[in-house]
Amino acid sequence: MAINIFTFLHNFIVGSLGWPEWVYNIAAGAVKAQFVLVFILLNVLFLVWLERKVSGHIQQRMGPMRTGWHGALQTLADVLKLISKEDIVPEGADRRVFALAPIVAFAPAMAVYVVIPFGPTLIAQDLNIALVYIAAISSFIVISILMGGWSSNNKWSLLGSMRAAAQLISYEIPLVISIVAVAMLAGSLSLQEIVHAQQSSFWYIFVQPLGFIVFAVATLAELNRAPFDLPEAESELVAGYQTEYSGMRWAIFMLSEYGSLISASAIAATLYFGGWSGPSFLPPVVWILMKVYIFIFIAMWVRWTFPRIRVDQLMDVGWKGLVPLSLLNLVITGIYVISR
Amino acid sequence: MEQSERVEPRSTEATEGDVTRRTEELFINMGPQHPSTHGVLRVLAKFDGEVVSEAKADVGYLHRCFEKIAEKRQLFQVIPYTDRTDYLSAITNELVFCMAIEKLMDIEVPVRAQYIRFIVTELQRIASHLIWFGTFALDLGATTAFLYAWRERERLLDIFESITGARMLYNYVRMGGVRNDIFDGFENTVETFLKDLEKRIPEYHELVTGNRIFEARTKGVGVVSREDAIAYGASGPVLRASGVNYDVRKVDPYLVYDRYDWDVPVRPEGDVFARYIVRMEEMYESIKLVRHGLADLPPGDFVGDVPRRIKLEGDAYARVDSPRGEVACYLVGDGSDQAYRLKWRSPCFVHLQMLDLMGKGGLVADLVASIGSLDIVMGEVDR
Repeated sequence: MAINIFTFLHNFIVGSLGWPEWVYNIAAGAVKAQFVLVFILLNVLFLVWLERKVSGHIQQRMGPMRTGWHGALQTLADVLKLISKEDIVPEGADRRVFALAPIVAFAPAMAVYVVIPFGPTLIAQDLNIALVYIAAISSFIVISILMGGWSSNNKWSLLGSMRAAAQLISYEIPLVISIVAVAMLAGSLSLQEIVHAQQSSFWYIFVQPLGFIVFAVATLAELNRAPFDLPEAESELVAGYQTEYSGMRWAIFMLSEYGSLISASAIAATLYFGGWSGPSFLPPVVWILMKVYIFIFIAMWVRWTFPRIRVDQLMDVGWKGLVPLSLLNLVITGIYVISR
Repeated sequence: MEQSERVEPRSTEATEGDVTRRTEELFINMGPQHPSTHGVLRVLAKFDGEVVSEAKADVGYLHRCFEKIAEKRQLFQVIPYTDRTDYLSAITNELVFCMAIEKLMDIEVPVRAQYIRFIVTELQRIASHLIWFGTFALDLGATTAFLYAWRERERLLDIFESITGARMLYNYVRMGGVRNDIFDGFENTVETFLKDLEKRIPEYHELVTGNRIFEARTKGVGVVSREDAIAYGASGPVLRASGVNYDVRKVDPYLVYDRYDWDVPVRPEGDVFARYIVRMEEMYESIKLVRHGLADLPPGDFVGDVPRRIKLEGDAYARVDSPRGEVACYLVGDGSDQAYRLKWRSPCFVHLQMLDLMGKGGLVADLVASIGSLDIVMGEVDR
């Protein structure tokens, strides 16, 4: 279906109007971006509700029950509330940076979706350097956190953003090293190729169990989710870099956070669990969404069970635990690839 | 504390070539509006990066002139005020105030009243420790334990509501006894609850205690040595977690504590984890004591003979072991029917002085864990 729209668009712009090819490229890009945006928004709408329900049931509560069937409209009600809130910019804040930070947070969260395959053809752009692209784009988020923390003119925000910078940078390294091992196995940096490689052999979770553990822990830390939610540690730093944000600006931060959660789960599913591949009685997009939601559920489960880790212990886990493990995994994978 | 007393943050200056860099410690106002200051505590903290170099507690945001008000009211009118000092353990406050009056006026308390007081005091200790467990876990970022503890406390509050008519501020203990007798079937209701609680506490341990992150966050954090704990005048679980076997219920028994054989949980480490374990074990001891009380509850009056004319002459000092530590009441009378002077010893106020000692050199997260482990109630600190 998606292809039909683009062939129609191509025929219309290049064929009927006689405009050059680059106009079509821009138009097609815009259409794809709309798809991604709608996908993220719909999923986040569901995810926020799911998070409340899951946390509620873990904590022996019901979660939201009043708005719609079992609180199904709760997120919509929340969005309405957030939109109608006053837009507060703290005194002494760097206004431009303050306003820009949520957008800078949202852009990379959305840009990652470009290379994630949701089906054999359902992919915005099958880049041949997709893994490098993901590693590069996802580290942009730290800039937005630093911007938000610095521009708020609030000491808690500053502390939170400094923590975030330290955390994201130290967890980026094991994350990328564990991804490299997958690329070595598949012999390609393209996510689509990695899925095909898994179809012809095994899911990589079976050959990369250690790599997956490192990847999963580092991803949780990258996403700032509990037990690694130090940048916004409520009981210590009030709300970290988000302290001064309210209304829609805050909502966009949350949106990008949940957007990153979905994309990170999709990447995990693609790298280690065969992506969209699965028995053919269900369409590929259903398979990958199922895998994504299993990961999301595990992330929620962890979040509502564990206490928060301390900042020095976080660094210990990262540098003394995950980095050596990921290097070890890399060596083992290397030996395996050579002897294969 | 005066605003002007605020010490300027330590700063360093270094010149490299023609660039001068100046760094200074970050002065932060932690509270009065902060998620983990348990009300309105304000901590004047200085951070060197993430390391706490100074943490001074600034109290007084909830000061309600309790002691002065007590001089201007009839004694029975003061009892509700005592509820509002340590609002999470109202019974013990009423108890210590009434004990002081009874000492001063030589009022005999019937045995049944003693037993009822004994049972509700220990139930109150369980309720208070449950709240502490929940909020302490919340301070460490474990949100689920909070609601688990709240669930059990809810049932306990229902029991209190059935006895006293109120859920938090009971106004139940009276001069010479208690306000009303317990209801029919009280023993069974409490016993069912205790049985369930005995099953739940291992669940808490499973969820929180054995967790690697929890242990890493609490062991060796906020250490108070035995000597420091004594020197600062700590009491209750904070003192017992520093290896001092001291419990007012043992050394100066009141009610019927001396009739039963029970243990005082003591831990030698003095860190946050020790305080956690001591309180968790105290819940088991309280369950034991409530069972004893229920088994031996004698028939009789629930309130003794109180003279029609109240005349306070001389002074009296009464102390009890509240869930937070040693609460004491010093009552002075000048022959009138009102207190000439009332002095309230608040354990939380004493414990808060140790904040700097516990927090210094640790990280921000440790400071939060230390505050949580002291189990402060600001209403009692400020009174």
